[in-house]
Amino acid sequence: MKLFSRFIPSSRMRQVPKSVTVHAVLLAYTVIALFPIIVVVINAFKERRAIFRDPLGLPDSDSFTLVGFQQVLLRSDFGLYSWNSLVVTILAVGLVLLLGAMAAWALTEYKFKGNLLITFLFAMGIMIPIRLGTVSILSLMVNLDLVNTLTALVLVYIAQGLPLAVYILSEFVRTIPKELTEAARCDSVSEYKIFFCVILPLLKPAMATVAVFTMIPIWNDLWFPLILAPGEETRTITLGVQQFVGQYVTDWNSVLSALTLAIVPVLILYTIFSRQLIRGLTSGAVK
Amino acid sequence: MFNVRSASPETKMATKLTCLAAILLSSTGIAQAANGLSIESWRSDDANIWSDVIIPAFNKSHPDTKVNFAPTPPTEYNSALQAKLKAGSAGDLITCRPFDTALDLYKDGYLANLNDLKGLKQFSDVAKSAWVTDDGKDQFCMPVASVIHGFVYNKEIFKELNLSVPKTRDEFFKTLDTIKSESRYIPLAMGTADQWEAATMGFQNIGPNYWQGEKGRKALLSGKEKFTDKAYVDTWKELAQWKPYLGRGFEAQKYSDSQNLFTLGRAAIYPAGSWDIQTFNNQADFEFGAFPPPVAKAEDTCYISDHTDMGIGINASSTNKEAAKIFLNWMASKEFATLYANAVPGFFPLSDHQIDIKDPVAQEFMSWRQQCESTIRNSYQILSRGTPNLENQLWNVSAQVINGTMTPEAAAKETQEGLEQWYKPQQ
Amino acid sequence: MTPSNQHDEKKPFPWHLVFFLGPGLLIYVVFSVYPLLDTLVLSLFNEQQGQSHFVGLQNFITLVTDDTWSQAFWNALGNNFKFFAIHMLVQNPIGLLLAVLLSSPKLRLSGTYRTLIFMPTMLSVVIIGFVWQLLLSPIWGISENFLYSIGLGQYFDAWLGKESSALITLAFISVWQFVGIPMMLIYATLLNIPDDIVDASVVDGANSFQTFWHIKLPLILPTIAMVSILTFVANFNAFELIYAVKGALAGPNFSTDLMGTFFYRTFFGFQLQQGSASMGAAVATLMFLIILVGVMLFLFFIQRRIQRFQF
Repeated sequence: MKLFSRFIPSSRMRQVPKSVTVHAVLLAYTVIALFPIIVVVINAFKERRAIFRDPLGLPDSDSFTLVGFQQVLLRSDFGLYSWNSLVVTILAVGLVLLLGAMAAWALTEYKFKGNLLITFLFAMGIMIPIRLGTVSILSLMVNLDLVNTLTALVLVYIAQGLPLAVYILSEFVRTIPKELTEAARCDSVSEYKIFFCVILPLLKPAMATVAVFTMIPIWNDLWFPLILAPGEETRTITLGVQQFVGQYVTDWNSVLSALTLAIVPVLILYTIFSRQLIRGLTSGAVK
Repeated sequence: MFNVRSASPETKMATKLTCLAAILLSSTGIAQAANGLSIESWRSDDANIWSDVIIPAFNKSHPDTKVNFAPTPPTEYNSALQAKLKAGSAGDLITCRPFDTALDLYKDGYLANLNDLKGLKQFSDVAKSAWVTDDGKDQFCMPVASVIHGFVYNKEIFKELNLSVPKTRDEFFKTLDTIKSESRYIPLAMGTADQWEAATMGFQNIGPNYWQGEKGRKALLSGKEKFTDKAYVDTWKELAQWKPYLGRGFEAQKYSDSQNLFTLGRAAIYPAGSWDIQTFNNQADFEFGAFPPPVAKAEDTCYISDHTDMGIGINASSTNKEAAKIFLNWMASKEFATLYANAVPGFFPLSDHQIDIKDPVAQEFMSWRQQCESTIRNSYQILSRGTPNLENQLWNVSAQVINGTMTPEAAAKETQEGLEQWYKPQQ
Repeated sequence: MTPSNQHDEKKPFPWHLVFFLGPGLLIYVVFSVYPLLDTLVLSLFNEQQGQSHFVGLQNFITLVTDDTWSQAFWNALGNNFKFFAIHMLVQNPIGLLLAVLLSSPKLRLSGTYRTLIFMPTMLSVVIIGFVWQLLLSPIWGISENFLYSIGLGQYFDAWLGKESSALITLAFISVWQFVGIPMMLIYATLLNIPDDIVDASVVDGANSFQTFWHIKLPLILPTIAMVSILTFVANFNAFELIYAVKGALAGPNFSTDLMGTFFYRTFFGFQLQQGSASMGAAVATLMFLIILVGVMLFLFFIQRRIQRFQF
């Protein structure tokens, strides 16, 4: 409610130049969005007593310390966890994009028996979270001997990401002019070549959107790593942070440093992708 | 029972071949070295102690056996272990939680029978009781350590306010009153956000003095006593009296907050489990001491919760059972007990050996075994088997009693009704 | 279902179809469709000591009528609706407002605002949960000091620990994190509105509020409907935040228990409570049905009405 009341004046105060109000509101919300993150980062560099004494103060020469980071790097394998997360996320997102684009193409371009059924099946997947099948996924993975492997995670994440990918990419394939493919067919170009050389490049902006929407939940997922791959060797960064925080919860230097270390790679990835996200979104892929 | 574990090596091989990609990505070593032992444990805090102290000591007398300590953090241990056992990738030695959690593993065929293990002779029946079948015939884990409840206090604050260690309940509350009125320190460092402290450090800590330890616990099991009896209601009544002495906003105070409040010197008394000693040794820069839960009158017998917390068993599908048995027998020795008790102060060996503990606070906790009668937490044996789950209920109602959102009588009634729903002797 | 075979030009076996559709469909069916169906089936069984036998709808009846289960179930379901309501009433309006402001013509720094406001959405719930716990902690005192500095100190309380406020506080944390998603989706739709439509209304003398109300809002209604469905599905799946902040027992007195945490406890067990795969599957099946019914209602009633406003 606190947030809300702050915005109400924006529509009333017309006497003030409009852009000033707009900036004020956006700036206020930006502060709200960033404040908690900043508090964590600045306190990660402070000595334990200073964290409690003055949580909002910047670290100074007295209170500055890197002991938290040293502890984190010493006591847990953050490099390995980040690597695991990176491998899982890149493989899963890459395959979702490729397989999703192929399926979307097949479902929109070709008419065949079962087309509608399969489209419906994928559409259901957008609404029904795969997590509800955890019980069976776990026993399936046990039977396949995939428990505690990154493969298990990649497979589940592909299954989780495909429905939305197929939906968004199908919408996009529909907007591609028929003449393009018909012309290619007349030149007797193979269906494979049409897809990989003509269609796939055209799908790029939509794929950026799909990539972001697929990537966030995978990178941040706690559920499946917790259940399918809790082992030390296969721990993802999210699970690693959760367990590190759980284990060293009294040692705030380490906890805040661990959180800071977990935030950094995400923000780097995000800055790389944020432009593509908007380009993808605004190109009309999502309606 | 259809355990995947029982699949023949050939079919396993076939599955593996069909999942070539799996092998490429998989990094868990399912196959162990022929003469190596791997230990599953939730004590990730102790990883260094095992690799630097305990395992080298074992290797002095048994140089041929390579031992690897592979812990999983406590909150995930049960489910991770389950998954590993099902998948056949668990270690040779399994650290056992007490009672039903381990019992179920044994019933499902994951743990080996230890009846003929020589080392078991070093343990009393009470110590072994947490890891035998209900009929008392089969032992499936060997006891390792117990934890003791009590109160830890900041000696400097006590000195500053001229306080002495309380022996009776009256003295205890008088002490709390003095701290509250004469200083800015928080009298009692405990919160209810995580709920379990209310039950474990509260109810099970002070309760044995009311229900007379084992006598009350056995009476609950046989159905002679009920949670609505005076002893239990009075326990909750005392907990309800704690409220004014807890810190501001204790409802949102987590376990780690309480630890921090104490180690930063902002709180005077901390309802503790002996495992806290390690954390406090590392983080507090003042001297601290401990006292057992206060009794009603100074001459009363005191009772303490000396809870059998950790045992160790052998994975039934281990390929290296002989070495595992040698290791367990070594763990029953005086050498191990001394090493362990001093490396991990606050975890007390359960074997009959006389050992010296160097840590003064751990020593204090240990000395109560001589003065007081020991018991274990009353919800652990058998009583948490049904739905609703007694342990979960105790967490919930004890936290509510301290929060002041439930009366002690209502807590007793709800708990008793829950038990009566499924436990025959109580019906 | 009979698909329309209008221009079925290929007579030989459509290998290309298998190639394009096969891999994706295979993974999807094996790791999503099959497990979901299997969960439905598992919920009809009961297991004791490793033996399982068919019990029909007994698990569901137990879940909905037996006091020991039904109290927890209805409590979690009720909490879930509250959680969803707060998101609908707070998250989506704020998202809409921010999107409208961001899309103001010739706004400077709009890219920077957009990037920064979306940032919390990128972070893991584990991090978010911990951060807010620190901020709201009565011991660390950040929010308390802040409230005192603006003269509202007396209203501070241990919100996360009180039965009356814990769920609402958690919902607000979740809103704070995910407001970026409705914002981005609505923002993208607003950018796609052709300039001439807006210009025409301005020429007709409409002020910016009227333009928004009469021109833009109807055009973004389908997006808002989609956002609502996404919110609904996400909220009835919420688990991580509660688990990270309050643990699987979702205290105090189960006041923050959602379907997700209830499912987790039932399936995996907790502390001394043993998990039950079949009861867990029954809870999952009910979640499945609730989401399905909810989405269907949305599609049939709301979406249909919105169609009328479209171009």
